[in-house]
Amino acid sequence: MRKVYSKIDSIVGNVITVKADGAKYGDLAEISTSFGDSLAEVIKLDDDNVSLQVFAGGRGISTGDEVRFLGHPMMVSFSDNLMGRIFNGSGEPRDNGPTLNENLITIGGPSFNPANRIIPKNMIRTGIPMIDLFNTLVESQKLPIFSASGEPYNELLARIAMQAEVDMIILGGMGLKYDDYLFFRDTLEEGGALSRTTMFIHTAADPVVECLMVPDISLAVAEKFALQGKKVLVLLTDMTNFADAMKEIAITQEQVPSNRGYPGDLYSQLASRYEKAVDIAGSGSITILGVTTMPGDDVTHPVPDNTGYITEGQYYLKNGRIEPFGSLSRLKQQVNDRTRDDHRALMDGMIKLYAAYKDSLEKQSMGFNMSDWDTKLLKYGARFEAEMMDLSVNTPLEKALDNGWSILAECFNREETGLKTSLIDQFWPKG
Amino acid sequence: MKSSGKVVGVNGNMVTVEVTGAVQLNEVGYVVTEGKRLKSEIIRVNGDRVQMQVFEITKGIGIGDPVEFTEDLLAVELGPGLLGQVYDGLQNPLPDLAKEAGHFLERGFYLDPLSKDKEWEFTPSVKEGDSVVKADVIGSVPEGPFTHQILVPFSLLDTYTVKSVKPAGKYKLTDTMAEIEDSKGNVFPVKMSFQWPVKKAVTCYAERLKPVEPMVTQVRLIDTFLPVAKGGTYCIPGPFGAGKTVLQQITSKFADVDIVIVAACGERAGEVVETLKEFPELLDPKTGRSLMERTIIICNTSSMPVASREASVYTAVTLAEYYRQMGLDVLLLADSTSRWAQAMREMSGRLEEIPGEEAFPAYLESTIAGFYERAGLVKLRDGRQGSVTIGGTVSPAGGNFEEPVTQATLKVVGAFHGLSRERSDARKYPAIHPIDSWSKYKGIIDVDKTEYAYNILFRANEIESMMKVVGEEGTSLNDFIQFQKGELLDAAYFQQNSFDPVDAAVSPERQKYVFNLMMEVLTAELDLSSKEEARGWFNNLRQLILDYNGSEWESDGFKDYEAQIKSFIADKKIRVDEKAAALMAKN
Repeated sequence: MRKVYSKIDSIVGNVITVKADGAKYGDLAEISTSFGDSLAEVIKLDDDNVSLQVFAGGRGISTGDEVRFLGHPMMVSFSDNLMGRIFNGSGEPRDNGPTLNENLITIGGPSFNPANRIIPKNMIRTGIPMIDLFNTLVESQKLPIFSASGEPYNELLARIAMQAEVDMIILGGMGLKYDDYLFFRDTLEEGGALSRTTMFIHTAADPVVECLMVPDISLAVAEKFALQGKKVLVLLTDMTNFADAMKEIAITQEQVPSNRGYPGDLYSQLASRYEKAVDIAGSGSITILGVTTMPGDDVTHPVPDNTGYITEGQYYLKNGRIEPFGSLSRLKQQVNDRTRDDHRALMDGMIKLYAAYKDSLEKQSMGFNMSDWDTKLLKYGARFEAEMMDLSVNTPLEKALDNGWSILAECFNREETGLKTSLIDQFWPKG
Repeated sequence: MKSSGKVVGVNGNMVTVEVTGAVQLNEVGYVVTEGKRLKSEIIRVNGDRVQMQVFEITKGIGIGDPVEFTEDLLAVELGPGLLGQVYDGLQNPLPDLAKEAGHFLERGFYLDPLSKDKEWEFTPSVKEGDSVVKADVIGSVPEGPFTHQILVPFSLLDTYTVKSVKPAGKYKLTDTMAEIEDSKGNVFPVKMSFQWPVKKAVTCYAERLKPVEPMVTQVRLIDTFLPVAKGGTYCIPGPFGAGKTVLQQITSKFADVDIVIVAACGERAGEVVETLKEFPELLDPKTGRSLMERTIIICNTSSMPVASREASVYTAVTLAEYYRQMGLDVLLLADSTSRWAQAMREMSGRLEEIPGEEAFPAYLESTIAGFYERAGLVKLRDGRQGSVTIGGTVSPAGGNFEEPVTQATLKVVGAFHGLSRERSDARKYPAIHPIDSWSKYKGIIDVDKTEYAYNILFRANEIESMMKVVGEEGTSLNDFIQFQKGELLDAAYFQQNSFDPVDAAVSPERQKYVFNLMMEVLTAELDLSSKEEARGWFNNLRQLILDYNGSEWESDGFKDYEAQIKSFIADKKIRVDEKAAALMAKN
């Protein structure tokens, strides 16, 4: 029989302190308040003073409420029953399904041995030309979508979730608007992808501590599925909310802030989540696609800045499109030489021409005369934006490549494209 | 009698321990929890309570857990077999760990850094009755392409007489190779390996010398304009995506040193994997053997515990100093020192120290300086020279160099290779900013010549900013030609294609040769009558030089392009101004 403590010494924000013995760092406790039970996690031990972070928040806790230590750290149930289910940040069902208690696994486990990593080699097809063709997503990659607020990043994630060629999708939602949560649920349900999806959703109205749990729970589950040989895609939205939750808790604990109020370990905290992306030799893989909203569209803000140092590239979402210039998939070189002979050349060639189009556009807006070449570029740029960049375009890579050639052929002469003659001979549309 | 204690507080990766008995700062202890022994280090002593940083995840530690102290400082094992290894920040061999523990880094799992079973072919070099002091050579074993010397442990401070030494033959690491006696008659065994605390610099040399000889990296922009000396220090700050790690990888492949130690400190694991998989396949042009045989990788990536990240750069530099004691030139590449500084910041926060700028601890500058000062060219007691060169990357927040880590580093290094976002966005690699960066070392080419070329670049830069205002129409032909010269220097000399098999690494002979060819253009007064003509002429010349850069040194293609370039220049050259002619005559 575990001891029950009924004297809470202090309540500061979401953190309470009780005098207790036998508590272990990272263990869970259950607090019974007049508003119901809540889980709490031990975050500091100082002699017999135990500080606990209460998942449901500090509000409504009385100094006389009962605290019962559970003797184990945060755990989540892992089995195939997770498929198609929706949970909150504490791992409790959000849909009307049953609570899962079998086969509990701990979250936030040790990191993967770098010596056992392998060089990633498989492309993940998404049907989005700006990804497949220009910045290929690679299995085991970790990539954020950098986005200003108001951009359709959740729509993009939902589309990738429905179309990506993976076995399993885990969606971790942090600080989601309730509408966005419903959007994800309904879209995946209609698209028929819900059955291979597990969602851990923290909405903006939920207690902030639960937000912190979402990436760890999602990734712990993903890791188990990957070890079973599944190709798992983890979608995390929005990591800036996660960082803000860390900031909020660090500040209430009186930690010294480092940069714009964020705790000094922001980089390590983000890295320990993103580094869970892995391709396990002879088994499955974890690919992480996160959303990082940039406050004020500022890429030097601590969250996108630290994220950029951790991840293997980024997709910039701007004006509803994936921007070709800021976006980068650092791993694309590993795969795009094995898709089709023209992939790399077309990728570089079309981007160079699009850059030239931007110059012409600037000249045009400044009132300069347009040369023949400029006119051609303007035509090309408009088609490129409509047929490649627009997020509604949904086409397999090969089709996108073919379409790229036909756009070129309709806008330019062969030698104006700057592409290798041998490729032009092979792929230039006939007739 | 070793001390013991029990845990009285846990906060993140810091535990507070009540001790009985004596302890020392930086002593290693083990927190015993859930049947596992977690390595920790004392970082503050306060009465009978000490604060320890735990090199592992602290989950599950409870009040009252026992702590065992070792009386040893955090140390590494030095001996034959280090080369080719992949260690974590505490010198745990990661591939062996994977074999024993599987895919994940289970905590509390430590393995011997060096194989205790492997036999080494020992040749003695001292005899009975010889007098030796610390770091003297008692014999050697072959290790890959090197002769690995067996040294008297650095911690033996007296003068010793050799009592016995083993004859030539095969021995294991644990065998006693010699016995030495100090002035009081105490006898010490000398084995092939010994321990040395990582945070203490190895100073067993006769004197430190000024670094003068360039350390060739085969990157044109570095060797010619921003050189690094053997025994010197340099830093590479840059925003994310500007190519810091790629530049480090190139340097680790092509640098003209004996041994390269790569400290992947708090960065992506994926990048280390590339090195891990690539190096065993690549050949070292100097020895003709696998590059891995001259490389040690210390790999404490971003998701591994932060306290061992702090230790990892010290582990790396200690290994470097050890090989320097054998008269070798060692290059230490630390990627990234910002992550190391952040590890210090995290710990400082947990200790509730008064924070300095951006919450970094007040001792940030002195700690960074102390680390870089462990580099150096030294003369050993037997007259040989050895060097440790340190190159560290810095990852400044927001790519802004006005932050504490970059600034503290710039104070102590001899060369600064600042990477610029504009250059990397424009795909100009290496993205080292040629004007903002600097070096205090002497390069492979006469300084007056490089200065001349630099001045042209400065001038071209000025003209370029002017042209942005007045347009090309408002620029004089002369200025326009100057501008084109600067552009040519940038495109055909500064930029280098690391994916091209030839252009990726350029030998110093070739650099000198090509630089002289560049100077012919830069110093010439050219007969170009219009801007259109100038643009066309320079475009063609640039294309020629790029093709020339891509053709094998002294091959037919190379000579062919050279002839073309020379006649192309001669065609338009009117004369060379006197100052430049005098400069060109210098050799």
